[in-house]
Amino acid sequence: MEPIANSLDAVLEAVLSKRRRDPTQLLQILREVQEQVGYIPPPALTAIAAALKLPRARVEGVAGFYSFLHLQPVGKYRVLFSDNATDRLLGNLDLLGTMCQKLWVEQGKVSEDGLVSVDVTSCTGMCDQGPALLVNGRPITRLTHQRVNEICELIRSRRPLSLWPQEYFRVEDNIRRKDDLLNTVLEPGAALAAAMALGPEAWLGEVQKSSLRGRGGAGFTTGVKWEACRNAPGEERVIVCNADEGEPGTFKDRVLLTSYPDHVFEGMTLAAYATGARQGFLYLRGEYRYLLEPLEAALQRRREAGLLGQGIRGQAGFDFDIEIHLGAGAYVCGEETALIESLEGKRGTPRIRPPFPVIKGYLGRPTVVNNVETLAKTVLIALEGAERFAAVGTAQSTGTKLLSISGDCAFPGIYEYPFGVSIEQILEDCGATDVQAVQVGGASGTCLASYEFHRGIAYEDVPTAGSFMIFDTSRDLFEVARNFVHFFAHESCGFCTPCRVGTSLLQNFMDKLATGHGAKYDLADIEWINRLLKAASHCGLGLAAANPVVETLIKFRPAYERRLQSLDFAPAFDLDQSLAEARRMTGRDDADAHLSSVEAHR
Amino acid sequence: MSDTKKFLLDGKPVVFQDGQTILEAARQAGHYIPHLCWHPDFPAHGSCKLCIVKVGGRHVSSCAMPAKEGMEVESNTPEMNGERRALLQMLFVEGNHFCPSCEKSGNCQLQALAYDLEMLSAHFNHFYPNRPVDASHPDVLLDFNRCIFCELCVRASRDIDGKNIFALTDRGIHKHLVVNAESGRLADTDFAASDRAANICPVGVILHKRQGFARPIGERDYDAKPISVVAMEEVEK
Repeated sequence: MEPIANSLDAVLEAVLSKRRRDPTQLLQILREVQEQVGYIPPPALTAIAAALKLPRARVEGVAGFYSFLHLQPVGKYRVLFSDNATDRLLGNLDLLGTMCQKLWVEQGKVSEDGLVSVDVTSCTGMCDQGPALLVNGRPITRLTHQRVNEICELIRSRRPLSLWPQEYFRVEDNIRRKDDLLNTVLEPGAALAAAMALGPEAWLGEVQKSSLRGRGGAGFTTGVKWEACRNAPGEERVIVCNADEGEPGTFKDRVLLTSYPDHVFEGMTLAAYATGARQGFLYLRGEYRYLLEPLEAALQRRREAGLLGQGIRGQAGFDFDIEIHLGAGAYVCGEETALIESLEGKRGTPRIRPPFPVIKGYLGRPTVVNNVETLAKTVLIALEGAERFAAVGTAQSTGTKLLSISGDCAFPGIYEYPFGVSIEQILEDCGATDVQAVQVGGASGTCLASYEFHRGIAYEDVPTAGSFMIFDTSRDLFEVARNFVHFFAHESCGFCTPCRVGTSLLQNFMDKLATGHGAKYDLADIEWINRLLKAASHCGLGLAAANPVVETLIKFRPAYERRLQSLDFAPAFDLDQSLAEARRMTGRDDADAHLSSVEAHR
Repeated sequence: MSDTKKFLLDGKPVVFQDGQTILEAARQAGHYIPHLCWHPDFPAHGSCKLCIVKVGGRHVSSCAMPAKEGMEVESNTPEMNGERRALLQMLFVEGNHFCPSCEKSGNCQLQALAYDLEMLSAHFNHFYPNRPVDASHPDVLLDFNRCIFCELCVRASRDIDGKNIFALTDRGIHKHLVVNAESGRLADTDFAASDRAANICPVGVILHKRQGFARPIGERDYDAKPISVVAMEEVEK
């Protein structure tokens, strides 16, 4: 991933021909050009547009949408600190400050010699081994001041990434509790053999009988989704595995893709068998770029074993293959219609629904979009049967759930539990004491206070896509909520008015409170913006964007009120502060040069 | 006819044909639902959210939601209009809208809706974004300060003019229009003042040069009648 001094034309030609000059590959083309050139210069956009027969403005629009694509020159080393609430607990901003100081660079800017840039990015999915950063797209975990100092030295001496200590890039699985899924050893093809013995209809019936529901958050019944796709009019069907694991605090899909890739790919093939799909995509978030080569190798092994491609397991007509598409830093692409837009090489803007993807998805084809964990779970159903699967968990939430546990606990990592497990039990198992609150389901999830810890993880109680962040009594939940609000403002696609403007307004209100200029009036405005986001947002991102604030406002109101300057109105514009320059110029800082004394005279 | 399908809009029956959205059916029946990004010549876009209504207690975009038999739709209520007013306020504070000096004043849908929905202040803090104008083209001026991201110019140029002059880039609050040229200048495209895209902006981004303030106050689109009336008169024509 080191920038190579190839001529731009040669790079473009190689990438474009590899990607068959196919407009649906636009995002992949942009990403690959950038990997070689460092950034995407304006002439490259023009050339790519011409080669794909797309308007240049549209190519520029796509390139501008994704956080990890750069249209301006960037540093030879691009350092991005993960900035999830859990990274904050571990002191990521302090480390970032140290690095900026050592490298003599301002956060968010490229150093004057063009060597390095340092900034923050949304959660990189390394919360159990943070603080973490990405350097030229590769994750470095378990940061300490010593490690940051070493990294600064390596950057200053312009050492190529390939010569950095490999220990830096080690990503642990940290599996702490295994249950049905993680205990299953899959002989590649075994689950397929079991399903093919049943035939597609009976296999689909088995999935429906299991009552398996989506593990990505929404909890839609998988069998119903598959059947709808199977019955939808159209010739070509598509299976998409959603590995855009962007919800802050979630990293279970990373572990599945690292150590259980065959479960995931076999699950996709099982879905193809049930629906008759011939085309499959794994949409892998850009932060997990380092998993691309191992996953490609796993796909190749499966092709060679006759488990992908033409005539799978020797059955004529059972054709299915999987292509990996990489994202480039856009949380909203976890929303299934935005993901499909991104797969088609467009901006990740959620579509109007209906029609739903099972009817009209990728290129208008009936498309199933399932979470990584959901697909892996279908392997269990094939191997052990629906009854055995449904016997675990609760009546409405069958099976087990993987939790990504991070924050204030002794043993962060992956925990697999049967649905129904109580928050108390989980906290005990992961060694969390003195807990103030747990954020379940990520930034868009729910914040539970200690009086709710008897509740259980289940679709009918506390639903979650898997994120479980723990905050002890020393933590400031206002700052946690502020972190999440910044996240949503950064990740809003900007399509609809309430989310585009509302998330930024919310961010400004939280910043105003943080600087001690808030008033009760602002809290009322925050609640009003929440109502507008809930009422009018185009997709789930806007719908959930104010949740962290509203919930902490209800449950931890003192964390807000102690910041209020007055309980009545205080303007956002600080008149006294705006006179600071005048005071500096006149060399005055006495009491009479401040507004408070003027007001006192009145 | 007993087989005509109807829904209730603010308690009044509205007849619709299958495939029509709530907004289309209401409009055909002479009822105005506020909108900015929706246009009769284009498929629903659903981004401005001014057309939100409540159906069975749930908010939906009336431009995109198909009408269904027996629906009970709330639109012209203090609650819905209050939310629409706040969405307008959001549009006003995210850009730079100086109505008194704007050439589009009196003919601007954003301004007209703000009057009609009695928006008396911007309420929220202004963002004051820095959005340079593009005056490079001989006949047309682009003043991005007023953009509300309805994408009507994007759609008109793509679907009607076949030119793809405009697109959106970046995201969130930083989202903005770009034009189809490496220089980023409108003059370096094949844009023409006669393009549909040059004559569709509901606000004051795309302006024809040398025609400013052509119609005096009193004779502009929304001087005598509010947008809710003018828009319905256009349907009758």
